[in-house]
Amino acid sequence: MARTFPADSVGLVTPELIHFDEPLELRSGRVIDQYDLKVETYGELNADKSNAVLICHALSGDHHAAGYHDPDNEKEKPGWWDCCIGPGKAFDTNRFFIVCLNNLGGCAGSTGPSSINPDTGKPFGPDFPIITVRDWVKSQARLADRLGIEKWAAVIGGSLGGMQVMRWAISYPQRLQHAIIIAAAPKLSAQNIAFNEVARQSITSDPDFHDGRYYDFNTYPKRGLMLARMVGHINYLSDLAMRDKFGKDAIEGNFGRDLRTGKLNFSYEVDFQVESYLKYKGESFSSKFDANTYLLITKTLDYFDPAVDYNFDLSKAFAESQCKFLVVSFTSDWRFPPERSREIVNTLLKAKKPVSYLNIDADQGHDAFLLPIPRYIQALKSYMDNVNREVTGEAG
Amino acid sequence: MGLRADLEIIKQWIEPNTRVLDLGCGDGSFLAQLKQEKNISDCGLEIDPDNINSCLQAGVNVIEQDLDKGLSNFISGSFDTVLLAQTLQTVQRPDILVEEMLRIGDNCIITFPNFAYWRHRLSLLGLGYMPQSSALPYDWFNTPNIHHCTIRDFDTLCKNRNIKILHRTVVDFNSRSSFLMNLHPNLFGINAIYHFTR
Repeated sequence: MARTFPADSVGLVTPELIHFDEPLELRSGRVIDQYDLKVETYGELNADKSNAVLICHALSGDHHAAGYHDPDNEKEKPGWWDCCIGPGKAFDTNRFFIVCLNNLGGCAGSTGPSSINPDTGKPFGPDFPIITVRDWVKSQARLADRLGIEKWAAVIGGSLGGMQVMRWAISYPQRLQHAIIIAAAPKLSAQNIAFNEVARQSITSDPDFHDGRYYDFNTYPKRGLMLARMVGHINYLSDLAMRDKFGKDAIEGNFGRDLRTGKLNFSYEVDFQVESYLKYKGESFSSKFDANTYLLITKTLDYFDPAVDYNFDLSKAFAESQCKFLVVSFTSDWRFPPERSREIVNTLLKAKKPVSYLNIDADQGHDAFLLPIPRYIQALKSYMDNVNREVTGEAG
Repeated sequence: MGLRADLEIIKQWIEPNTRVLDLGCGDGSFLAQLKQEKNISDCGLEIDPDNINSCLQAGVNVIEQDLDKGLSNFISGSFDTVLLAQTLQTVQRPDILVEEMLRIGDNCIITFPNFAYWRHRLSLLGLGYMPQSSALPYDWFNTPNIHHCTIRDFDTLCKNRNIKILHRTVVDFNSRSSFLMNLHPNLFGINAIYHFTR
């Protein structure tokens, strides 16, 4: 019997692979002759094509933002932002046509390092060019062209997704009405880059990495990718979130030090819950994500700095932007802390752009942007209600 | 409920198509009305989550920012009008905030409850209780108002800081002005409205 889905779910969805023949010139100077983008859409595009919303994913995300793929598997988890996308949800599929794609260089179906290089008949591996946020947005603009979308009602993204949103407002000012930038930063700090470098070193020093040609050796740098993800995970959670998650034993001042087996081992085996959790998260991630894509996207993050073309004055980068902005941060985020979001806000104020800003009280760290935190979800919903009124021409 | 009455008076001092910064913008209804009637570019600061959400719902630009942490993120002269309605008495350093308002915009408007209103005086002097009224509806222990001031106090501040008062109006709860209020604003005015520049 076919499974049933929650009433506010988009239900069963089928991604689409869209092929692009026109060569894409990259920021690095290199060119991708042709490429595929894996795309999922939810809701219906209206007659004047004014209700389209683009969702940009972060480091480990992909095109599968909402709903389910498997008609039978009751245990299947929905897409990564299912709490926000669906009928009646913040990004209401009864109102909006929502587009989410796996970015170029990804490993969930779009052309990336694990795709076959038509010139060699082998996976690209390390030969795949470094893709920047600017290149992604360029490819997303081509996708918009293909879908007949002249102007997005809103472009939305968290973390690295928020950086794509900023790039949209800078590169294609006439093509979006609203920009929603969540838990992002105008550029990475040295500390952010340092964490990325540890992740990269973990991967490249794995003996199974083979200079990125591990596909040819029928292996993959599982350990390296696992370590990279473990480091990332620490960075995405907050100290508080960890104390909460691993401090179920009701001892006051436990600090999240729950033991895995109830006693110390006096060996180098796993003693604490947090250790086994990180190991589990790292392992499960490493079995479904491509190491070269991980390397590539950390570079994409490191390179993001739209101010470089504007004499390091980011407000000049936004000078031509025509959209309204919503910026959201989370109090316990120490990857891109609230101050980084406030930099974006202050830059937009300096550029005299319409901007709203919320700093959401949340213990979950950077990961909060993916979670159903009531005030956050309500804010997105309220903002999108207003976007909908603009789309439908109702008086605001 | 209609717009708070003091805001009706303020509106006449705001030019169409200008930039308005509302410090403590509440649910954004005043900015929304100014947008509709005068096509202003709006920006409100607010800290209350429910109010912030109402602003988003109304399509009003709202920034979650605490006035007590300063306004240094706003560049000088970046707004035409800076408004502070019924909030002056709640901030840590009203004098610094007034200076900051003048730095950010030429056209400044402040409203506050006049602590020297005769009923307030009577309450304190005659009965010995902290004053309560429609303008001061709180008990002493839960009031957000930490820096009460009077019309005479604010006049003095303006004089000492070389602030030019363009208009000064005092009104009652219905925003009416009476003969007595005009005669003795500091005694009969409940709400003070100042329009000033430098």
